[in-house]
Amino acid sequence: METYTAMRHFADSWGLLIMVLFFAGVVLFAFRPGSRKQAEEAARIPLKDD
Amino acid sequence: MKFGVEIVGVTAAAFLALLGAAFAGDDLFRAHMWVLFFALSVGAILLMRNTRFGAQAVATDTSGYLDGPIRYGVVATVFWGVVGFLVGVLIAAQLAFPHLNLEPWFNFGRVRPLHTSAVIFAFGGNALIATSFYVVQRTSRARLFGGDLAWFVFWGYQLFIVMAATGYLLGITQSREYAEPEWYLDIWLTIVWVAYLIVFLGTILKRKEPHIYVANWFYLSFIVTVAMLHVVNNLAVPVSFLSSKSYSAFAGVQDALTQWWYGHNAVGFFLTAGFLGMMYYFIPKQVDRPVYSYRLSIIHFWALIFLYIWAGPHHLHYTALPDWAQTLGMVFSIMLWMPSWGGMINGLMTLSGAWDKIRTDPIVRMMVMAVAFYGMATFEGPMMSIKTVNSLSHYTDWTIGHVHSGALGWNGLITFGAIYFLVPRLWNRERLYSMRMVTWHFWLATLGIVIYAAAMWVAGIQQGLMWREYDEQGFMVYSFAESVAAMVPYYVLRMLGGVLYLSGGLLMAWNVFMTIRGNLRQEKPIPGATPALQPAE
Repeated sequence: METYTAMRHFADSWGLLIMVLFFAGVVLFAFRPGSRKQAEEAARIPLKDD
Repeated sequence: MKFGVEIVGVTAAAFLALLGAAFAGDDLFRAHMWVLFFALSVGAILLMRNTRFGAQAVATDTSGYLDGPIRYGVVATVFWGVVGFLVGVLIAAQLAFPHLNLEPWFNFGRVRPLHTSAVIFAFGGNALIATSFYVVQRTSRARLFGGDLAWFVFWGYQLFIVMAATGYLLGITQSREYAEPEWYLDIWLTIVWVAYLIVFLGTILKRKEPHIYVANWFYLSFIVTVAMLHVVNNLAVPVSFLSSKSYSAFAGVQDALTQWWYGHNAVGFFLTAGFLGMMYYFIPKQVDRPVYSYRLSIIHFWALIFLYIWAGPHHLHYTALPDWAQTLGMVFSIMLWMPSWGGMINGLMTLSGAWDKIRTDPIVRMMVMAVAFYGMATFEGPMMSIKTVNSLSHYTDWTIGHVHSGALGWNGLITFGAIYFLVPRLWNRERLYSMRMVTWHFWLATLGIVIYAAAMWVAGIQQGLMWREYDEQGFMVYSFAESVAAMVPYYVLRMLGGVLYLSGGLLMAWNVFMTIRGNLRQEKPIPGATPALQPAE
């Protein structure tokens, strides 16, 4: 198979799947139980100094 | 000895530039090497005049934050901003009154890239470098990594700007939009950019704050992605190592797609991700409230960087690019609505409970207007990427209007807000020289953008409609020259909008200059601004 076709097949199969799973993982991680408190703490980082 | 290595390095580089001028393969390269030689010689002389020996070479205090390069960066941002706006007004005038094309150095074809590079890379780039250095230190609670490397990033970047600008006027270009500088400057920018990455990433790695604040994620994605885009898009073979001409490594439609993969992600990562980093720090700071939803900011970040990278092909609708790639570009552009508006809502809602600050604090007003323009531009962009809309809008001035509502509205206003925030803090001043002038700047800039964008919408749609007008026998109703002649009133209006925006920029330059000098203007306070009765927190 020529390189172009091989890369295209990879991009629209495994590549797509990996990226969708990664993104779904990010969303799940952001909304995992207990993340609210941690996020609120992180949001205060810029306000803590000066 | 202070600056010992620097003096040797810059002097050696100046000598190499002199050799480049002596053995140049073409006249343009020779002229450009003379420019480089003089720039580096001035640098070497300045370094030598400021050197110290022995006991006088006192070690600098390295306990606090490193703010020197940030101060220089803020001044450079204001300076290049005014230059960029001025050149913009010039080319707007050239389009309305063609006699202003002064050949060969100041005709439209050479001055236009000077304008785009000055506002995007000189004004925007300096703003990004300076604010990223400020934000990463404050949110990591660590001094910049790499010692004087941050100074190298600042001066190396200014050298790139000066060389790129003089190159355009001389006629040196590789004809890639927003990537016009030739191969030797591309290599130099790569070196500077890697140093920038080392400083930024090093500071994050030695942070004392356990969590990496979201603004740093945006800045980091901007630095990493721009490095990747810059290197791939500029893969080229120079005619010789003493020549100002190179040929792209790609051919035909691959070359076009590489260019617009770069071009659109310059918008996505330079003008969006980097500036969102600014938004996520300076809006919470100025409003004194945490960001509306931190978790939304994380999802917004990943969605934005996953989608933006695919949107480039929408610049090549109805070209030789394969149909599936055009559709892919369109679909991803439309999906970008989601993260873009997620970011906009997150920025705006940070003001919830403090909306009165829009009335009492002109800096907040400026930042809110910036986010509002971000929302408008990121609504308009996906709409224009739809192929049927694009068949009307492409190659017309509508595109120019769209770009400017994003660049002047979003990038410009958020940068002005950040500058007004930074200047009193960086120079330890009680407040800005004048808050009333910030209000004036706000209205001049906003009015300028509205006139500019409205004129270009009408101009663009009229152009598009004139180009596609056929009579009943299938002949085109208008010649191209007729559609050009019809644009004159809009081009004059556009110039007027630019003049307003430029006057706002000049007011800012004066305000910043006076603040740095330590002056305070006697003026009536803005109603409601002081004294602020704050509820206990």
